[in-house]
Amino acid sequence: MKLRVRLRPILFILVLLAAWQVAVLLHPRQLLPGPWKTGHGIAELVEHGLIVKYTVASLFRVTWGFFLAVIIAIPLGLAIGWYRRAEMALNPILQLIRPISPLAWIPIAILWFGVGDSAAVFLIFVGCFLPLLLAVINAVQGVPAVYINAGRNFGLGPIALMRRILYPAIVPRLMTGLRITLGVAWLVVVAAEMIAVSSGLGFLIVDARNAGNRYDLVLAGMVVIGFVGLLLDTGVRSLEQARALRWGYVEKD
Amino acid sequence: MPSNTIIETEPATVSLLTKLRTENVSMIFSRDGKSMSVLENINLEVGDGEFVCLLGPSGCGKSTLLSAIAGFLKPTGGEIRIDGEAVRDPDPRRIFVFQERGVFPWLTVEGNIGFGLGRLSRAERAQRINHYIRMVGLEGFEKSYPHELSGGMKQRVEVARALAVNPDVLFLDEPFGALDSITRMVMRSELLRIWQAERKTILFVTHDIDEAVQLADRVVVMSARPGRIQQIVKIDIAHPRDISSPRYLELRDGILSQIGLAHNV
Repeated sequence: MKLRVRLRPILFILVLLAAWQVAVLLHPRQLLPGPWKTGHGIAELVEHGLIVKYTVASLFRVTWGFFLAVIIAIPLGLAIGWYRRAEMALNPILQLIRPISPLAWIPIAILWFGVGDSAAVFLIFVGCFLPLLLAVINAVQGVPAVYINAGRNFGLGPIALMRRILYPAIVPRLMTGLRITLGVAWLVVVAAEMIAVSSGLGFLIVDARNAGNRYDLVLAGMVVIGFVGLLLDTGVRSLEQARALRWGYVEKD
Repeated sequence: MPSNTIIETEPATVSLLTKLRTENVSMIFSRDGKSMSVLENINLEVGDGEFVCLLGPSGCGKSTLLSAIAGFLKPTGGEIRIDGEAVRDPDPRRIFVFQERGVFPWLTVEGNIGFGLGRLSRAERAQRINHYIRMVGLEGFEKSYPHELSGGMKQRVEVARALAVNPDVLFLDEPFGALDSITRMVMRSELLRIWQAERKTILFVTHDIDEAVQLADRVVVMSARPGRIQQIVKIDIAHPRDISSPRYLELRDGILSQIGLAHNV
């Protein structure tokens, strides 16, 4: 890409920031800080070492909740997708639970796990598990019969078939599911930290507001959340580009 | 039967040791409450090491018959026996070669060819993979993924993957159908070379009369709706076959008229 084309979005952001700053300067009584003060807020957080500390705390919860969802949803999804009858039996329940926001589980999370990391991890798990499970089931049902027949022809039983055919065959679609789910996890962790714990980026935001309307720190926290989320997404996207996975995005038949 | 002196119609039995036998196999598919007879009374015997082509128009049930013989489909009537045993499931002793879309896209060429060799030791497996990579002429592509290969190369990978487990029988379902005509010719002669080297029993489905006459010991001509065996034609020409020899043309034209086509375009 040409440099000028690359610079265009950056230029656009600078224009927006300038407009924001001007708007704040025109209304000095507003509580909402401008980009300048927000920058100061970020600097202040960096100074106290809070950005790293809170980001690590949030990522820690996301990692656990996401990881648990992944290791349970993938094998379960493979099995449910493979056994048609299991899918037919479970589908109505899954469809019923699916529209419930993970945030609706907050009271139950606190009831079961009390206030603390486990409650936050549980909420992230709840947010990730079902979308991931459905993605896996769907992907398994889309695996071309020819791969399954070839696997059976080489004498594979159900377990070997899941491990050596179904799982690798769905990996490209699974990567997309993982990326979306990780995004959900990152959304949920902020909400969970506002209620259940006293660290992390979600806590930072709610704490900054409660401790004297420090809206500069609220916005600083939001900016950090945005950046970390972007990095997570970019990370998973780069995995999708791996040579061994590229077939899934090349061949569509 | 019309007098047909050119083509010698074979009885369903052969003098070779019988490898495979279908007895009154029939297949009825039902869909939306309607049932449709796809195969009717198929009686066929294939000798050990024989190369047999199933030839017929699309929709004549030849692929269905092959799937049933391979154990992927259960016939609604009759029985299929291989080595005297009734066929119930697919079996690694008999490998089905799909069109090139059957290669596993998530594995490299090596990984595909070694797929069925899990029981061998590392060294044996590597040696076997190597042997078949050379046999199908894919040296240098060991670490390539299928999406980096051409259609003909993918088809070779699949044939090599099938041969690597040392099956007694190969089932090929229009394996070269998606290839361009030059690659198709090359693949045919390679298949013949491999068959002559390894002496597998081969059942080969095609709708291409030339392909059948070039490859097969016997051509099983099928008719459509319901699929029946119309005639079995012995191709008594030694390999390598001269495809402009009078005998070749005689046999080919005989099958053409058998199917009900004149050979004027």
